[in-house]
Amino acid sequence: MDQAKNFTKGFIRENPVFILMLGLCPALGTTTSAFNGMGMGLATMFVVLMSNIVVSLIKNFVPNKVRIPCYIVIIASFVTIVDLVMAGFMPALHEQLGLFIPLIVVNCFVLGRAEAFASKNTLLSSVIDGTGMGLGFTFALTLLGAAREILGSNAIFGLQFIEGDGMLVFILAPGAFIALGYLIALANKLNKQ
Amino acid sequence: MEYIVIVLSAILVNNIVLAQFLGLCPFFGVSSRISTAAGMGGAVLFVMTVAAIVTYLISHYILIPFDLIYLRTITYILVISSLVQMVEIILKKVSPPLYQALGIFLPLMTTNCAILGVAILVIQNEYTLMSGVVFAVAHSIGFTLALVILAGIREQLELVNVPEGMKGNPIILVAAGLLALAFMGFAGIV
Repeated sequence: MDQAKNFTKGFIRENPVFILMLGLCPALGTTTSAFNGMGMGLATMFVVLMSNIVVSLIKNFVPNKVRIPCYIVIIASFVTIVDLVMAGFMPALHEQLGLFIPLIVVNCFVLGRAEAFASKNTLLSSVIDGTGMGLGFTFALTLLGAAREILGSNAIFGLQFIEGDGMLVFILAPGAFIALGYLIALANKLNKQ
Repeated sequence: MEYIVIVLSAILVNNIVLAQFLGLCPFFGVSSRISTAAGMGGAVLFVMTVAAIVTYLISHYILIPFDLIYLRTITYILVISSLVQMVEIILKKVSPPLYQALGIFLPLMTTNCAILGVAILVIQNEYTLMSGVVFAVAHSIGFTLALVILAGIREQLELVNVPEGMKGNPIILVAAGLLALAFMGFAGIV
């Protein structure tokens, strides 16, 4: 497979959030600001990359019938690592993301990559796929976080550019759904061209 | 009184889907018909309640006494995936039409973050076993409520003329956003 294409597909063409609609819970729940979205995206990217590597290495030793539980245990181990490392070194971000860090384990996007890609492809392709899709996920979450932060608190990455409060609804729950709805419409339009 | 507060807060104020963003995959995936939405709600009610009880017992009698709390995520997900498997086998035998209708979303319930999320929240909020059960039941009722309302909206949406670019997922997300806005009106009742 063409590796460059394999790497870039996660950004727009097969973007996990905008096109495949996977991993929506963290995508909506953690993106109150661009920084939180990026932190969540990078944590997920680490898990998807590491689990892709391990799954592609062990794919020949795991019996077909028990493969899903195996993948879940592998993913859960890496999620525990991320959880403990974040709690130790980035307590503020860990506090903000809260419940959504242990919930990376049930992010269908991570399991989806292990099952649909890493279990059928070589180590190199899996690494590239994990990095590309992880970056695509980070890109989507950062974009959504930035859109909500700009509209909701007139700021981007914490830098306020207009005085005042902005449209508070975009920081709250309803704004997440509406902002993502319009971003998906935009991605669909870009994909059609 | 404590239970009433938990129930009202879980169903209306902090609705698990519309305010806490858990369980969004089935929320968008199986909400195209009211009947399937209600079936999914029933399956979630069962799995979520049993999962909350089992994970409560595991964490209070195994993980905490032996100081193994860092294994929480792994043990919980294993317990939940075995439960889902069990529900799948039972449902296949008892109600084949419902089993057919739920399709892929039944095995996917393992990766339904609402279930793991509620199990973790019960421990984090330091509930007793009884409050934990009430919490889980109330959250699954809140989940079913949101799912059934969205399914109703989507059945109506099929009949209207949606602008080209908003067809499919975007319009559903915007509708869900407006639903979440409506649910925000309940803030402050508890």
